[in-house]
Amino acid sequence: MKISGWGRHPVLDCRLQTLRRLEDLPRFLQAGESLIARGNGRSYGDAALNSELTLSMRAMDRMQAFDERTGLLTCEAGVLLADILKTFVPRGWFPPVVPGTQFVTLGGMIAADVHGKNHQRDGSFGAHLESLTLALADGELRTCSRTRHGDLFRATLGGMGLTGVILSASFRLQPIETAFLLEETLSAANLEEVMALFETSQDWPYSVAWVDGLAQGAKLGRSVMIRGRFLARAELPQSWAEKPLRQATPAQLKTPMHASFLLLNRTSVSLFNRLYFRRASGDARPVPLQTFFFPLDRVEGWNRIYGRRGFVQHQSVLPKSESRAGLAALLARAAEWWPGSFLAVLKLLGPGGDGLLSFPMEGYSLALDLPMNDGTPALLTELDAIVERHGGRVYLAKDSCCSPELLRQGYAQLEQFNAVRSEAAGEPPRFASALARRLAL
Amino acid sequence: MADPMPQETETRIALVIGATSDIGRAISRRLAKDGFRLQLAARDLAQLDREAQDLQVRGASVLSQHHCDALAGPGAEAWLDALEPLPNLAVCVLGLLGDQAQSQLDAAAAERVMRTNYLAPALLLGALAQRFEQRGSGVLVGLSSVAGDRGRASNYIYGSAKAGLTAFLSGLRARLSERGAHVLTVKPGFVYTRMTDGMNLPPSLTVSPEEIAEAVAKAIRRRRNLIYSRPIWRLIMLIMRAIPEFLFKRMRGI
Repeated sequence: MKISGWGRHPVLDCRLQTLRRLEDLPRFLQAGESLIARGNGRSYGDAALNSELTLSMRAMDRMQAFDERTGLLTCEAGVLLADILKTFVPRGWFPPVVPGTQFVTLGGMIAADVHGKNHQRDGSFGAHLESLTLALADGELRTCSRTRHGDLFRATLGGMGLTGVILSASFRLQPIETAFLLEETLSAANLEEVMALFETSQDWPYSVAWVDGLAQGAKLGRSVMIRGRFLARAELPQSWAEKPLRQATPAQLKTPMHASFLLLNRTSVSLFNRLYFRRASGDARPVPLQTFFFPLDRVEGWNRIYGRRGFVQHQSVLPKSESRAGLAALLARAAEWWPGSFLAVLKLLGPGGDGLLSFPMEGYSLALDLPMNDGTPALLTELDAIVERHGGRVYLAKDSCCSPELLRQGYAQLEQFNAVRSEAAGEPPRFASALARRLAL
Repeated sequence: MADPMPQETETRIALVIGATSDIGRAISRRLAKDGFRLQLAARDLAQLDREAQDLQVRGASVLSQHHCDALAGPGAEAWLDALEPLPNLAVCVLGLLGDQAQSQLDAAAAERVMRTNYLAPALLLGALAQRFEQRGSGVLVGLSSVAGDRGRASNYIYGSAKAGLTAFLSGLRARLSERGAHVLTVKPGFVYTRMTDGMNLPPSLTVSPEEIAEAVAKAIRRRRNLIYSRPIWRLIMLIMRAIPEFLFKRMRGI
């Protein structure tokens, strides 16, 4: 069956099977080939593809336990974040870290050690993970945490599913009084301004900036910063106060099959951006959490707007000292490239966590959406070179092009990861993906 | 005539037979969302316990769990006596596709398919119908299949059992129609489940268990008699049934 990641590139013919019960797992593990577990297919590139066996975990979606006193939730790995929100937001609980889409599985969130708009303050998802249960190559189920099998725990966090099949995990939800946030929008004329805004937004738990990927010269880095915090019950406007935890679901839009690329070209996007980034600044308004955290989830299948060839997302993080120069170089290169990056997202990340292969480290992270065309691979090579020059790293959950060299240079604990992995996954590793092969992992 | 089911949600109870199956799980979750308290039945009690746990963490109220073995033979409905209180709604999702080639050669294999798809569900729903009729209310839901609409070379053993169930449900519906109880027949086409894992299914005709559950919940609310997973199946099966036998017998590929 031909499948791909969210970016719809690359597409690979894979044997796709579904794990429905724990008892069936040995059958897949003993099949003799390598395999990779796949969640909801929201990693962008080739992380959840393996032609020999791609094991869908979506049916392993049972919630196992919840402690009302501590907020500790235990679920099977195939549970969707959307499911967790539907179940627990009405009861006054919210995950400590959520990525930009709610259509990811718990297993995927661990394998990519996802970060949110609050990384600087709260760390990545892994920082809130208590324990996880992993199936190893020999069929053993091993429950690990920071204190038990700590090496395997740290290798699995951000380990892209290469240490074993994540079966279930426990993490702590946080109490919320309402399902609404106060959202403040600020515009920044260029890169300096937006970086200064990040530095002065420390009091806001959540912050992110949408950057005009087409702006050049003096306007390079022109952005809109969005920062927010959860509202207390007493702060809610009258109309929402009666049901403070009700999740208003914004109207759902649908992308037509392979919407024409004509819809999205440099002219239309640059016109949109000119209007969007001139938006009134400094206004604060209450918004439902769905709108604040998952704006793109409103558009079902938005990955199709880039047409048949798909797109790639290049997300990197640069150390703080190098951020100013590195970001300018990345943005400038992307802006002069045709047709350009239509969507660029900037975030300030805090210190890295426990995961040996986790993406986040202290500094600025920039994500560029780039339509796939004949020139894209060459551009990515150039962008990767900029990242390398500035001592940064790329996010494997988004990547489909980077080289083994860049990986080694960016991830200092790679050797350690490989050692733990070969113990858990066997030799040659039972758990492998197209990404692992490309990166010689 | 009395309404077959009370409207006030907190008093409604649903029994799901086959609650560990993919469709059973989805229907249980969906009914819980509608406010039903649940009684669950399945063959594998250890697995059933995991599903019950899941439902409870999600906020459902699980009243009881029951052991139900479709292959147990005579008296396999005895566990229904332990149902307390009697549910307002009973959904039976028992089903086994089996392997057609094996079922042709091995009578025991064929019997397993026939029992699971016809005998067990018919006897269970029949026994429940008795109780619903006495009480004068209740809704019964049976999961049949489009495979029962016409016997095909590729799955007629399964299909014939489902045909029996469809006929049974149709008769039961007529019998109960003046007795305050209602019967819904569900004929899913292709569904992504354990039963169809590994098959090459046309995406436009195949639904998820959640979609079936949604359709069933809606059909229960609207007191529908018969539903397919997607309206297109009604047309497909109409055409299938209309093909003359002398042609149909040569169409072994379908």
